[in-house]
Amino acid sequence: MLEGLAPPEPASNVRAFDTPNDAGGSITVTWSPSSAEAERRPVTYEILRSSSLDPALVSVGSVVAGTTAFEDASVYDGVEYSYVVRVHDGLTADADPTAPVRSSGQLFHRGRVNVLVGVVLFTAFLVLFIQQAKGGKELYVRRIAGLEAVDEAIGRATEMGKPILYVPGLSVIQDVATIASLNILSRVARKAAEYETRIVIPNRNPVVMPVCQEIVREAYTDMGHPDAYREDDIYYVTFSQFGYVAAVDGIMLRDRPATNFFLGMFWAESLILAETGAGIGAIQIAGTDAVAQLPFFIAACDYTLIGEELYAASAYLSREPLQLGSLKGQDLAKLLIATLIIVGMIFTTFGWPRFVGLFAAG
Amino acid sequence: MRRQVPLAICFFLGVTMAIQYFIPHRVSLVYGETIRTWYLIVFTFALVLGTGSLIRVHWARIRRRASGWWYSLIAMGGLVLTLAVGFFGGIGQEGLFMKLYNYVQVPLEGTMFSLLAFYIASAAYRAFRARTLEATLLLLAAGIVMLGRVPIGQSIWAGFPRITEWILEVPNLAAKRGIMIGVGLGMISTAVKIILGIERSWIGGGD
Repeated sequence: MLEGLAPPEPASNVRAFDTPNDAGGSITVTWSPSSAEAERRPVTYEILRSSSLDPALVSVGSVVAGTTAFEDASVYDGVEYSYVVRVHDGLTADADPTAPVRSSGQLFHRGRVNVLVGVVLFTAFLVLFIQQAKGGKELYVRRIAGLEAVDEAIGRATEMGKPILYVPGLSVIQDVATIASLNILSRVARKAAEYETRIVIPNRNPVVMPVCQEIVREAYTDMGHPDAYREDDIYYVTFSQFGYVAAVDGIMLRDRPATNFFLGMFWAESLILAETGAGIGAIQIAGTDAVAQLPFFIAACDYTLIGEELYAASAYLSREPLQLGSLKGQDLAKLLIATLIIVGMIFTTFGWPRFVGLFAAG
Repeated sequence: MRRQVPLAICFFLGVTMAIQYFIPHRVSLVYGETIRTWYLIVFTFALVLGTGSLIRVHWARIRRRASGWWYSLIAMGGLVLTLAVGFFGGIGQEGLFMKLYNYVQVPLEGTMFSLLAFYIASAAYRAFRARTLEATLLLLAAGIVMLGRVPIGQSIWAGFPRITEWILEVPNLAAKRGIMIGVGLGMISTAVKIILGIERSWIGGGD
């Protein structure tokens, strides 16, 4: 049936190389398409390999027309491999074998150089401003209404003789938002201890729970009221997301806390918690870095810490020069990023997109 | 010593995990994976602590006959029942344990989630009252986006979906990205402060 048909043109520019930025065990083969593709013939590319261990050609995979790369993840590091790309369109044509190549794991991810430069630069900004703060330089930090209201909110609970409810988010301990929340809890607990006000912390994550207990216990001890600390007020509820929400809503409706703190990572439950709190008339301070949940907190809470304000809270509340210095470092980094965005817009507009490519994630 | 040891461990792990991100080599991957496995082990032990805390709190309420103590009784009953069914009947797909999960827990969670619809309505009412210029703009934008997302909006005016797309992809996305840049910097800053021991609140006792 295929008599009279010419075999397809083989793939050209076939290259095999160690797959970059990986842990080893992988070789990438690339090629330029056969001219049969341009003639709209049904083409597939079969990749065959031979090795220093087995010189016979073995098929390792095939890809359809339009594909010009194949990653062979079934190789051993240190063994030499050579590849042949075979074009099929009814008939076959082999390209020349590639030069032998070995795979190995890399010691540095070159695609992440931009991240490394950014982190080093940002850390340098932080250290610079922290040094300035150490030297006694006065640093201005803008007013954050949600944090200004923390003392007032705790005072209100004290005056009303009602507890404070603190929800440290629903995420795991290694989530930076949870850590930021725990840093704020430390400040809130000290103030609550000073006023001898109960602080109730239901936990969704069992690893976060003992950390909360330790933070609050230390705060009460430091403030000279170790006897006022009640471990039973900081407890584990359930890992179930909406089971936890049901429990916290129940606590709000039964105990009627005067003040609610929702600080950390939240998902779909944010509005259910905040609206229940609004329903009982509690003063509510929320904060999260979950962009999708911010509108819900803004609608239902008295004060909301938006994104970075959650991370700035500990520094803002402590007023320690070292901590404030880090905030100024963040500001400088933001200025740099804003400048780079504007420069990137100009470069892209004038047809130089490679500048923006420098910042692509590896 | 009580503070120095956690700070030293935090510094070591923080620095090595940061370096690990830039090294794709297998040794580095195994190291990162090992640390993450340790977390799972810690989590398992913490779950025992958490369950102990749950039992202690509810048992105390039941014993004291505190207000709403019967809720605690139900919670404890549920815990004991689930544990007993799991231990003695197994956790296979056809067993009673999975039936409890599929026909009790899942519908209960679904019920809680469905409350969101009512809360969205009440929160939207509060947020969209056109008292200020910002609230009025919010109301207008929300109205257009809602109309642009449903078929009736397109029937009223074909431009609604296009304006909706523009609102979501230009001003809305710009604001979201602005927040996300701030969040990213805040995360790095918090991580650097904790690794360097500048931020110590997490080990308790404030400063």
